[in-house]
Amino acid sequence: MDTMEWVRGSLDHCVKCTICETFCPVSNVTPLFPGPKYVGPQLERFRTDDGSPDASLDYCSGCGICTTVCPQGVKIAEINSQARAKMKARRGVPLRDRIIARPSAMGKVGTPLAPIANWFLKNRAFRWLVERTLRVHRKAPMPLFAGRTFQSWARRHPPLTTATKAVVYFHGCSANHFEPGVAQMAVAVLEHNGYRVIVPRQDCCGLPLQSNGLFDDARRYVRKLARNLEPYARRGYDIVATSTSCGLMLKREAREILDLEDDEDLRTVSAHMFDICEFLLNLHERGELRTDFRPLEMRVPYHAPCQQRGHGIGKPALELFDLIPGLEVVDSDVECCGVAGTYGLKTEKYDIAMEVGAPLFRQVTEVATDVAACDSETCRWQITKATGVPSVHPVELLYRAYGLA
Amino acid sequence: MSPDAVVIGAGLAGLTAGVRLAEAGVRTTLVAKGPGATHLAPATIDVLGYAPDLVERPAAALPSFAEERPDHPYARLSPETVAASADWLREHVPTLAYVGTIEENLLLPTAVGVPKPSAFVPEAMAAGDLRSGGRFVFAGLRALKDFYPAYLADNLSQAKLPTGVTVEARAVHLTDPGTEADVSPLGYARMFEDPEFRTVVAAELLPRLEPGESVGFPTVLGLKEHRATWLELQERLGRPAFEVPTLPPSVAGIRLFHDLRDAFVRAGGRFVIGSTAVGAGSKGGVVEHVVIQTAAARPTPVEARWFVLATGGFAEGAIFLDSYGEVHESVFGLAVSGVPAAGEPRFVPRYFDDQPMARAGIAVDERLRPVDAEGNVAFDNLFAAGAALGGAEPWRELSGNGLALASGFAVASGIVEGAS
Repeated sequence: MDTMEWVRGSLDHCVKCTICETFCPVSNVTPLFPGPKYVGPQLERFRTDDGSPDASLDYCSGCGICTTVCPQGVKIAEINSQARAKMKARRGVPLRDRIIARPSAMGKVGTPLAPIANWFLKNRAFRWLVERTLRVHRKAPMPLFAGRTFQSWARRHPPLTTATKAVVYFHGCSANHFEPGVAQMAVAVLEHNGYRVIVPRQDCCGLPLQSNGLFDDARRYVRKLARNLEPYARRGYDIVATSTSCGLMLKREAREILDLEDDEDLRTVSAHMFDICEFLLNLHERGELRTDFRPLEMRVPYHAPCQQRGHGIGKPALELFDLIPGLEVVDSDVECCGVAGTYGLKTEKYDIAMEVGAPLFRQVTEVATDVAACDSETCRWQITKATGVPSVHPVELLYRAYGLA
Repeated sequence: MSPDAVVIGAGLAGLTAGVRLAEAGVRTTLVAKGPGATHLAPATIDVLGYAPDLVERPAAALPSFAEERPDHPYARLSPETVAASADWLREHVPTLAYVGTIEENLLLPTAVGVPKPSAFVPEAMAAGDLRSGGRFVFAGLRALKDFYPAYLADNLSQAKLPTGVTVEARAVHLTDPGTEADVSPLGYARMFEDPEFRTVVAAELLPRLEPGESVGFPTVLGLKEHRATWLELQERLGRPAFEVPTLPPSVAGIRLFHDLRDAFVRAGGRFVIGSTAVGAGSKGGVVEHVVIQTAAARPTPVEARWFVLATGGFAEGAIFLDSYGEVHESVFGLAVSGVPAAGEPRFVPRYFDDQPMARAGIAVDERLRPVDAEGNVAFDNLFAAGAALGGAEPWRELSGNGLALASGFAVASGIVEGAS
């Protein structure tokens, strides 16, 4: 049976318990999305090659919480992603979705032109124009180009000569073009723990294309990436990711959503993929993590993004934070920040995304003394944009506590 | 640094065992595919409601009930354990502030107007107790489907109560200013946390109330701010207000889940949801690890000293019937007891008849360790709790949450005593 069939077939396990609906961040704020159970396992039965009975499918943000919490193992989010891709293929994918789904292509254009590109991105009139023409909301969080890629930094970065072990680092597009600092800190933390960090050439994992229903393009990207990473995985290297959503794409989503269960490269890579906090906590459990942390006297709200929870590993960042003296961390119990990758950028969905995130924004504002922590880049940008509180990857707090700054 | 204990399952049994273990200083990881029946069931702790006649005094009924049913989990759980577990729950779920004793059952109205026996109930449900009769008005909400106060009230007016008293019940339908056609109990629970919404509801309701009437709402009076929401509304109405369980999702159950999950995490427990326990490894009659399937395409073994199976029964897929007619337990491959012998009927045609397969489940010893058909302990360090246990028919006995709570509690006691 191919993947699509067993993913779709999982709907027969739905017992209509509504647990997914109690967690769905979108249907809890807007009637435009009637909920994962209704749109997923229920409506899927009525979908044919000729169409879907309900366009509300488009309002699913693809956060994946429904699948994470389903006690019966129904692949609700995956069913909805596949149905949405079919619907968009029939109706046509807007130009906007084709553009915002290609962060690495944007990065290639924007990086050499960073000062000009950033001026435009910060320019209100330009954002207004983009909203009017492309329907990307003028207030939606938009990262700025770093001007220099992490790849170019990594090529010049001397390998750790004292290393006794090595690990492969998958940095993703955002660290490459927008936040190379996150990637450099990840390298420093890994090196501090005795790892030589291998940074293979890599491009986009295809996740934004997948979320925007452009499955063929997404498959091309992720297969190519898997082909590049597979030789390391095959030789037994672990691969760590700081982008928790792209890490999840390589672990599971591409296989299940894009029908790539039989892609051997992807399966091998998945077997060796670790979220960086998962990897570091595993080190700690084996007694191999350095714990020479200096005190960080601050109170930090932590938000585990939906995609982080999709890994099914608990919240390892919290246990790492526990090792840092002085650091007080308040775990957000809010389901989602709203942005869900590119969902909250879209003009027609911006208000929904902000309402989804509102309880989180209140918590962040109340709790943070300095920064907020969150594992996913788009969620960090959303939190920062909505609250004004700088949001950092958990690895940055470890980096600071190690005194590597 | 692997945990001392792994609990599999996040229903009432798993959460209870997990919180107790973590609070006793046992490093505990709780792994669950998803939340359990807390989100579906009313959150009342029904200890024993029918045996098979209506039970008014569970403490008095339990000894003979257990004696007549040596395979029933209550044959392993004394009334004292059940009572102690309820005391424990009362302390750990401040949002619900359970009331009641094991000595007597309250009789609370269900959403279809049937008086239902429960020993321990959330404080906000207690004023619905029908044992002394009285006058009740049930409030329906405009966009809440599956809660029909007129149907409820009509059935309740005709219900035969054991105490011979009568209940006067009627319905009012509220028309809140919303425009949505379909709001879930959870959606209303969030709306009720808004004081302005309560003002609107109270303003509409007050002129329609008659003296001496208590007001029954569906279980929608707030989520995290439930107590404040309920108490404030009750004060505005100037009379007892209470909640009636709804069809799923169960808002009261979600409050229960939140309090226990938070207590678990506060006590240092590791809470992993969204991963499935798919197998285990053992050596010499001792479980060494369970295998967890996370998002990555690799098995993740989790080693520990003790393991608690709280995965549920047939409904949860934890016990399943394959296409060859064989019954299996999904994680440890345990023997399932109570399965009709080959050639015997497994099911009978009418749904509510006594189903031969109904009591199938895991048989356990005095310490709640799974045993095989000969009574041999499967693994020295594996315990079972909740709906996985065989020998019970919770839906007929009204014993589900009582068994889940008491067995989760007892399993943790056994582990903690064994550890010290």
